[in-house]
Amino acid sequence: MKCTEFLKELNEYLDGALDARTRAELDDHLAWCHNCYVVCDTTKKTIQIFKNTEPYELPDELRTRLQQAIQTKCQAKKKAGPQSV
Amino acid sequence: MGAIQHTITDPPSEELVLVRAAKTGDDKAFGELVKRYDRNVFRIAQHITQNREDAEDVVQDAFLKAYTNLQQFQEQSKFYTWLVRIAVNEALMKLRRRRPERTVSLDEDIQTEDDSVPREVADWAPNPEQNYNQAELREILSRTIQGLPPGFRTVFILRDVEGLSTEETAEALELSVPAVKSRLLRARLQLRERLNRYFVKPTVETT
Repeated sequence: MKCTEFLKELNEYLDGALDARTRAELDDHLAWCHNCYVVCDTTKKTIQIFKNTEPYELPDELRTRLQQAIQTKCQAKKKAGPQSV
Repeated sequence: MGAIQHTITDPPSEELVLVRAAKTGDDKAFGELVKRYDRNVFRIAQHITQNREDAEDVVQDAFLKAYTNLQQFQEQSKFYTWLVRIAVNEALMKLRRRRPERTVSLDEDIQTEDDSVPREVADWAPNPEQNYNQAELREILSRTIQGLPPGFRTVFILRDVEGLSTEETAEALELSVPAVKSRLLRARLQLRERLNRYFVKPTVETT
């Protein structure tokens, strides 16, 4: 297997979405190709870090304000009737 | 395919029970749906617009639009996927208004021959994120993802952060499954490349 072929399968490999045979071929490639091993390992870490560290949390205060605003707007829409859609 | 077909054959999910109640005019049920997904919609909107005020507007507009058009939700997919589709469209509209000089579209394809080929291959420390405090790390991730085109970062966020399946992401973004897969791979590899400078293991000089 060439490195370009490995890269094409990287998504499925990382997502555990490969059949056993293809997975074994990729494992073989990783066993001897250090570059692909590093790319695979650091891409996996990239996903994990983004998953575990959410940069945009919604603060409780803002959340309450947004929920109230949504409720008010929905009520107004309901009163105005379907013609306002 | 699996995820979408499951919702058709399985007994109604908790989500679907709320949606059906909301359709009959139960505003409390709709309020529950808002509570369930407002954080997700806010995150997605913030990632696309990169602007706090716009993200707040998108949360309100998306839920209002969902409320108004609830009868049109056909229950063939998850409500959340449908809601994400509305939110993404609202967020893209905001982005277009902010950047009228540029066409902003999820279809924009800026692929170059080698944008999926890693240029820098260097090992990272075992837990590289631990070298930074939470605020620093958030800043790094925010700066890193901002550099990606909207179409790439949206696919990455939906698949890898929000946990939608490839099919659900395709449905929410009105893209084909192969387009989602291709963008996801390129987004993952580009983010990896951009994080290199923060996380590469320091080289030990030997004398």
